[in-house]
Amino acid sequence: MALKSGVCFLRLNRLNQVARLLSTSSRPEIIQNGGNNADFPGAKAPYVTEMKFLDENSYDPIPIYRVLDNDGQVIDSREEPAIDKDTLLNMYKTMVQLNQMDKVLYESQRQGRISFYMTNYGEEGIHVGSAAALSPKDLVFAQYREVGVLLYRGMTITELINQCYGNHEDPGKGRHMPVHYGSKQRNIVTISSPLATQMPQAVGAAYAYKRIPNNDRCVICYFGEGAASEGDAHAAFNFAATLECPVIMFCRNNGYAISTPTNEQYRGDGIAGRGPALGLHTVRVDGTDTLAVYRAVQHARELALDNKPVLIEAMSYRVGHHSTSDDSTAYRPLEEIQKWTQAENPIQKLRLYLESKGLWDAEAEKTYAKEARNLVVRTMQEAEKKKKPHWKEMLEDVYYDMPPHLQKQMQQMEKHLEKYKDHYPMDLFQKE
Amino acid sequence: MTTLTKKVLNIGKLFKNVDNYTKRLSSHFNYYPDSEKPVEGETSKMNMMQAINNAMDLTLKNDPSAVLFGEDVGFGGVFRCALGLQEKYGKDRVFNTPLCEQGIAGFGIGLATAGATAIAEIQFADYIFPAFDQLVNEAAKYRYRSGGQFDCGGLTVRAPCGAVGHGGLYHSQSPEAFFAHAAGLKVVVPRGPNAAKGLLLACIQERDPCIFLEPKILYRSAAEEVPVESFTLPIGKAQILREGDAATLIGWGTQVHVLLEVAQLAQEQLGANCEVIDLMSILPWDQETVFNSVKKTGRCLVAHEAPLTCGFGAELAAAIQEECFLHLEAPVRRAAGWDAPFPHVFEALYLPARARCLDDLTQLLRY
Repeated sequence: MALKSGVCFLRLNRLNQVARLLSTSSRPEIIQNGGNNADFPGAKAPYVTEMKFLDENSYDPIPIYRVLDNDGQVIDSREEPAIDKDTLLNMYKTMVQLNQMDKVLYESQRQGRISFYMTNYGEEGIHVGSAAALSPKDLVFAQYREVGVLLYRGMTITELINQCYGNHEDPGKGRHMPVHYGSKQRNIVTISSPLATQMPQAVGAAYAYKRIPNNDRCVICYFGEGAASEGDAHAAFNFAATLECPVIMFCRNNGYAISTPTNEQYRGDGIAGRGPALGLHTVRVDGTDTLAVYRAVQHARELALDNKPVLIEAMSYRVGHHSTSDDSTAYRPLEEIQKWTQAENPIQKLRLYLESKGLWDAEAEKTYAKEARNLVVRTMQEAEKKKKPHWKEMLEDVYYDMPPHLQKQMQQMEKHLEKYKDHYPMDLFQKE
Repeated sequence: MTTLTKKVLNIGKLFKNVDNYTKRLSSHFNYYPDSEKPVEGETSKMNMMQAINNAMDLTLKNDPSAVLFGEDVGFGGVFRCALGLQEKYGKDRVFNTPLCEQGIAGFGIGLATAGATAIAEIQFADYIFPAFDQLVNEAAKYRYRSGGQFDCGGLTVRAPCGAVGHGGLYHSQSPEAFFAHAAGLKVVVPRGPNAAKGLLLACIQERDPCIFLEPKILYRSAAEEVPVESFTLPIGKAQILREGDAATLIGWGTQVHVLLEVAQLAQEQLGANCEVIDLMSILPWDQETVFNSVKKTGRCLVAHEAPLTCGFGAELAAAIQEECFLHLEAPVRRAAGWDAPFPHVFEALYLPARARCLDDLTQLLRY
């Protein structure tokens, strides 16, 4: 959030920017104390003798870093990340696979086959761009719309779909709503519904890593711009900075929190605008540009491992509805959605980049998309047939050991089911 | 279901007597020190603050992953429980956090998730509510919702609680009942230095997240001989401090000392020999000890500083009537704080102190 500089001439066409320029030109002059800082412990700042409030127009907005243009061409060749061919293809295929899974599972919820779903449309580039720049050892705390990260980490379609069905192969044992994935093996902490709670947790986990000698792991924490309004977000930014934690706070700013547009969410310069104010290394990137996200996270990881916490704000657009319980045309125009589906589509941008490098073509696209779709459909059919976990799993894992009062309740339920099992869908669940 | 074998040196020793020697600490109770050592070995006279400090010192010494943090913990804490620990173990292990309780709880959960031992301090239990979401929605449900893949069992949240003579609304509260409703948490309240050390070490080693509520009025003045070595007292077990047959008196924290005095007065004035139980663990609580005692005595008084309605006494009373119905000679009585915020100048009239408990007990015995 650099104090306004003299490079405003490019934006003179907009009135508010003229106002900004004027306001900045009258920034109070430092004339006292020889320009030296005052001695107050709370801030390192000089005195001024002119009373002047600062506001959101006192600073340049943080610019949006991009590597690719809308045609998938690298704008500045010095910024093109050196990613090998296989990794690039893996990144792209993950985006397509995710997109196909979203389409099928969204439809299956509409048909009542699963209870709930949330798609990732428009944000696929954020997921794979960031995941590819991390080490598989780095710990991920996600919000819920980051499934591409999980896929890129190696979670299988089978694992994801088993979770959505809550069948006995779901490692979460069917206790959580769909899309609340987690995988110890892939260092992905189980997602929970309360927003932003994962943020200070990620900072704490990063602090634990920092204390391990020769630490080579960082923590990445994803959250939406709506979640950033929660108190936990403020706590996390402040704790990360003051306790110097190896953490990347990654904001997906997709313009909406359910129906609430960003101008009802905040009035400052987005989420990135808060980073420097709290002492975080901060960058804003084009979230539809997978390579820009990759570069940002790659550098953020280096800073984080040096115990310099980072805030990344990736700008994007939530193309799909908030969830299957939401019809987003009730609060935003169709044309707006279409613009982001077409010209600013992260999958398309990366595809054009791959095509220009001769790594992909229409034929490959057609074959892979079909394959990806078939995998999802097949997996879903299998997942559907699998039994739910044994009912006793309902009372396990509340504690490490089951306390006597819970044992008693389990026995109570057991006796009850002996008599009244006909009142319950027992055939859905695994037997002893 | 696996059974965790814990290093509990004192497991067979749940019956415990207290000294008749008492010391007047405030207008509302006398302190009854423990007369028996919880484990064999060298002891040293400690007040409750020193016993807690000693427990954390031993933890930091023996567990390199352990960290201690909260508001003003670095210089020793506003109640001095962390005194000297930063000098001894370094600023990366004993440190101040920004002033933000939801951050402290969330940060602690994260530490524990990554495998560290996290001892978080909330400056007063009255200020734990900003962390309620992190503790109830997150800490309590971490293991369950992940199918056992992740947990935050390494987390212990310490918070000074209870009346202190002049704490008013926000330095006096006893929030245990709010947390007793959160499956997945363990909630523990000690009555003095020995219990504090043994239970705090148990909470820290426990594989579930624990909330450890420390009655702050006992920090400095409650003193007794405490073993200098590490030892644990079992979570989920109550202690019978005084055996009797006329009625069962159940309390925790400071209130235990009120009930011990009431039992003594009942003996002197009414010739009634009452059994006094320190519940110690609120969640999970020791149903076996409580039910056995009430089946023996047939009468029960539960007393706590927190307000009556939906206080933990309500859970005890309901469970006791369900399990001991045929043995009860009188309805279970509850002596509790009134259903009002904790007042400043009216504290003496607000608390279920000696006289109110004795009055309730008398009515219970004459029912």
